[in-house]
Amino acid sequence: MAQPPAAAPDMLLPSSRPAIVAPTLGAVDLGGQRGERSLFRRLALSLRSGQVTWLRGRNGRGKTSLLRLLAGLSTPAHGDVLIDGRPLRKLPVEWRSKLLYIAHANALKDDLSVAESLRFLSQLRGAPAADEAITGALARLGMAGMRKAPVRTLSQGQRRRVALARLALPDPAAIWLLDEPFDALDVDGVQVLNDLLSEQARRGGSVLLTSHQALSLADPLPSTLDLDEYAVAR
Amino acid sequence: MRDLFLAVLQRDLRLAARRRVEALLPLVFFMVAISLFPLGVGPEMQTLRQIAPGVVWVCALLATMLSVNQLYAADFADGSLEQLLLAPQPAVVVALAKSVAHWLVNGGPLIVAAPLVGLLFDLSVPALGSLVITLALGTPVLSLLGGLGAALTLGLRSGGMLLFLIVLPLAVPVLIFGAGAVAVVEAGQSPTGHYSLLGALLIATALGAPLATAAALRISTE
Repeated sequence: MAQPPAAAPDMLLPSSRPAIVAPTLGAVDLGGQRGERSLFRRLALSLRSGQVTWLRGRNGRGKTSLLRLLAGLSTPAHGDVLIDGRPLRKLPVEWRSKLLYIAHANALKDDLSVAESLRFLSQLRGAPAADEAITGALARLGMAGMRKAPVRTLSQGQRRRVALARLALPDPAAIWLLDEPFDALDVDGVQVLNDLLSEQARRGGSVLLTSHQALSLADPLPSTLDLDEYAVAR
Repeated sequence: MRDLFLAVLQRDLRLAARRRVEALLPLVFFMVAISLFPLGVGPEMQTLRQIAPGVVWVCALLATMLSVNQLYAADFADGSLEQLLLAPQPAVVVALAKSVAHWLVNGGPLIVAAPLVGLLFDLSVPALGSLVITLALGTPVLSLLGGLGAALTLGLRSGGMLLFLIVLPLAVPVLIFGAGAVAVVEAGQSPTGHYSLLGALLIATALGAPLATAAALRISTE
C-alpha cells in the first residue's frame, strides 16, 4: 500500500492534505441483529478508495447497526467484516486509526469548550491536532468564533458542525463512517459537508454515510446501498 | 498508549474541575457520615477509638461507590464511550485512565481528610498514620473495582443498586485488612503484614480489573 507523504506542519488547508489509498472495507454474506431480532442478511458490500456510498433503508432497517458492525463496535450475527480481505476481528487494534466513525450522538462534552472537545477527539484517534489546525477545521465549518464557548451553550446544529469539524482536521482517516451527518445542518452546512466529502473521495479516501434526504453530492456521484433489499422477511 | 492514557486522564480531571461541587460531594458525604457515629454511639472515648478504623473504612467504601456510579454513564449517554473504544489502542488503557482519574478526584481527598476525622474519634498519632497509609493503598483498589462494576452495570435501569451488590463483596478484603491494620497499631503491634496484603490486593486488582472492565465495556456497548 502506498505510504502517504508526510504533511508539512503549515499544511492546514484540507485541500493540501496528503493523498491516500483507503483500504477496502467490505463484507460478504453479512448478517446483523439487534437484540434477538434479525435486521438484515446476506449483505455484500465493498467500499473502495475514492468512493462515496449512500446507505439507504427505512427506519429500523439497521443502518446504524451496520455502521457499528463495520466500525468493529459490535459483532455480526453472521459473516465477517473484511479490511482488504482480512477479517476485522483478526486485525490488531491499530487498524482503527484508519477509521473515523461519527455517530448520531456527537460525542461532545457539555463542560468542555469547543476547541477542547475537538482536540480530545483528535487525540483519541492518535492524531493530536495543533491549535491552528483546530481553529482551521472549526473555521471551515463556520465555528471558529465559538471555539472557546462551552459545548453546553451550542445549538443542535452547531454541535453537529463541531462534530463534523473532525472531518476537516489534517491527517483525516482513510475510511469515514458517518451516521446521518446532514442531520440538523442548514443549507450552508450541507454545502461545506459536500465539499469535504468530495475532497475525501479525491484524496483516495472512502465514505459510507446514511441520510434520510437524497444526497445533493455531485462529485463523485454517490453509489447507493439499499438495506431494504437485504431485509429479513417477517 | 501513554498519549491515550494521558489524554483521557487529563480530560476527566478537567471535567471534574469544571464541576467542582459535584466532585466534592463524595468527600462531604464521607465527612458527614463519619461525624454521625459519635452522635449515634455516644461520646464514650474507649468505644469510639475501637470503632474508628471500621467506621472510616466503611464510609470511604460507601463514598467511593456513590461516586463511581457515574464513571461511564455520562460518556455512554453522549457517545464519547464509543469514540473511546474506537481509539487505535486497547480499551484497557481507557479503563485504567478512567479509574486513575476517579481515584485522584475522589480517593485523594478522602486520604487527606481521614486524619481530621480520626481526631473526632481520639485516634493516636501512629494510628492516624496507619489510617492514611491503608487508605492510600486501599482506595485505588476501590476505584478499580468500582470501574469494573460501573462498566458491568452500564445502561441498566437499576444499575446503581446492582453496582453496590457487585462491588461490595469484592471490596470486603480491603475493608478487613484496612481497618485491621489501624486496630493492630492501636493495640501496639506491627501492621506490616496488613500493609503487605493490601499492597498485594492493589497489584492484583491493578492487573486484573482494567482488563475485565475493558471487556465489560465492549459487552455493554455492543
